[in-house]
Amino acid sequence: MTYDLVVIGAGPAGMSAAIKAASYGADVAMVDENPVAGGKLLGQLHEEPQLGWWIGSKIAREIAASAQKLDIEFFPEKIVWGIFPHWKVMLHNGEELQADNVLIATGAAEKAIPIPGWTKPGVMAIGAAQTLTNYYRVKPGNKVAIIGVDPLSLAVAHELSMAGVTVAGIFAAPSNEFTSDQSAPIHVIEVLSRMSHLAPNRMLKIAGKMLKNPFMKNIAAKFYPGFGMNVWGIPLYLKKTVLTIEGVEQVEQIKTVKTDQEGQPKRESTKTVDVDCVCISGGLYPLSELVAAVGCEFVCIEELGGHIPLHSPEMETTRDGIFVAGNITGIEGAKVAMAQGELAGTTIIARLGLLENSRESIKIAQDKVEAARQHALIKFRQNIEYGREKSAQLWYAHKNK
Amino acid sequence: MRINEHPILGKQDKDAVTITYNGLNYEAYEGESIAAALLAHNIRILRYSEKCHEPRGIYCGIGHCYECRVMVDGERSVRACITNVKDGMHIRYQTGEFL
Repeated sequence: MTYDLVVIGAGPAGMSAAIKAASYGADVAMVDENPVAGGKLLGQLHEEPQLGWWIGSKIAREIAASAQKLDIEFFPEKIVWGIFPHWKVMLHNGEELQADNVLIATGAAEKAIPIPGWTKPGVMAIGAAQTLTNYYRVKPGNKVAIIGVDPLSLAVAHELSMAGVTVAGIFAAPSNEFTSDQSAPIHVIEVLSRMSHLAPNRMLKIAGKMLKNPFMKNIAAKFYPGFGMNVWGIPLYLKKTVLTIEGVEQVEQIKTVKTDQEGQPKRESTKTVDVDCVCISGGLYPLSELVAAVGCEFVCIEELGGHIPLHSPEMETTRDGIFVAGNITGIEGAKVAMAQGELAGTTIIARLGLLENSRESIKIAQDKVEAARQHALIKFRQNIEYGREKSAQLWYAHKNK
Repeated sequence: MRINEHPILGKQDKDAVTITYNGLNYEAYEGESIAAALLAHNIRILRYSEKCHEPRGIYCGIGHCYECRVMVDGERSVRACITNVKDGMHIRYQTGEFL
């Protein structure tokens, strides 16, 4: 079957692009591995100042309904196993979707923090716990330990506690070759200072403001109490980490240890805590296998979460007609992903000749991405703006080669 | 393990279906994944690893890590985290041996 656009990944970015293109008359197909559209949006649940609760499952349902009204053909539970030149998108059931334009919006995956016992049933990625709790409404555990302190793990800790799950604590990631820089208390305090506007109490808000000062950060790392501090009634341990996860067939307990301000364990201070679930939060990275398989060029930009496909300010990759949007271009929130999807959709309808004033429309869509970025409530990465700038410069350097 | 009441999301209202896991009947809700339905009954072990026969369960929850592979109606390696339950579905844990 032939379309004007095939969208791979029906998350916030993919759906927004599909809707934009279809609303201007493009013939659009959308593919996803999951039975329902929405991607990681489905599990999101947080309160936004002035705007009220952001209930991801509800928002996803509304967007999916608009997509359906526009006759976007949805292929759920289909795996894309290859994309061949100009352009054939191959599905695992043998179907072939043909289009001049393909948008790859596959989002992100989570980095693991491998520690002894991490393969036991009951250990899961923090995002899995989020979807189970807020979308499926099933507790990931009765008593949960969280490893890794970052904006996502703090948000999910709060969501778990709202759902009636006991959170035994949020522990710093153990210091090893994979986590060396993120586990030190000084780094974690950096993360907290970025989140102070979300802080649930006045004391933490003031602390957050003070921590914007680098000198204060060092002091705070030094004097942060070993017994932790409470956030939403959840103990937050910056100077305690998890050594092992134990249990015969599945998770039964964790062994924790106190650490110094560099994140090194003080071996004599181990303690056993009973839990039935451990959530690991190692951060997100762009999920880009398909883009790599098509032969798009990549760049590594740490501020954006690692290797991303090199792409133009209009969201096109180094391969004609292959576009990207959302977390595959860098780790940011759903609202940025939606705005990027709309931008990619706008570029594609301009390409198809369905848009007058295309230059102006693209500029407006780009400004919307910028505005979404500036107003983002949760910033997953530090210096994201710098990362975006770097990405744009690398694109121009590539163009002028 | 179900969250029937939620301060923001309210009450749950879904249609029940019946699935079996390793021959036993369990109630599940329409529209939920196999992994979520089993976890609701506190079932976490979905597979035993091929080489060392160690238990495995849901890890990434997005179909990426393939840790949650189960047998569904005789078909091997169905990902429990991104496959929805259906009424009358027969699910078994998976081992390294081909049955």
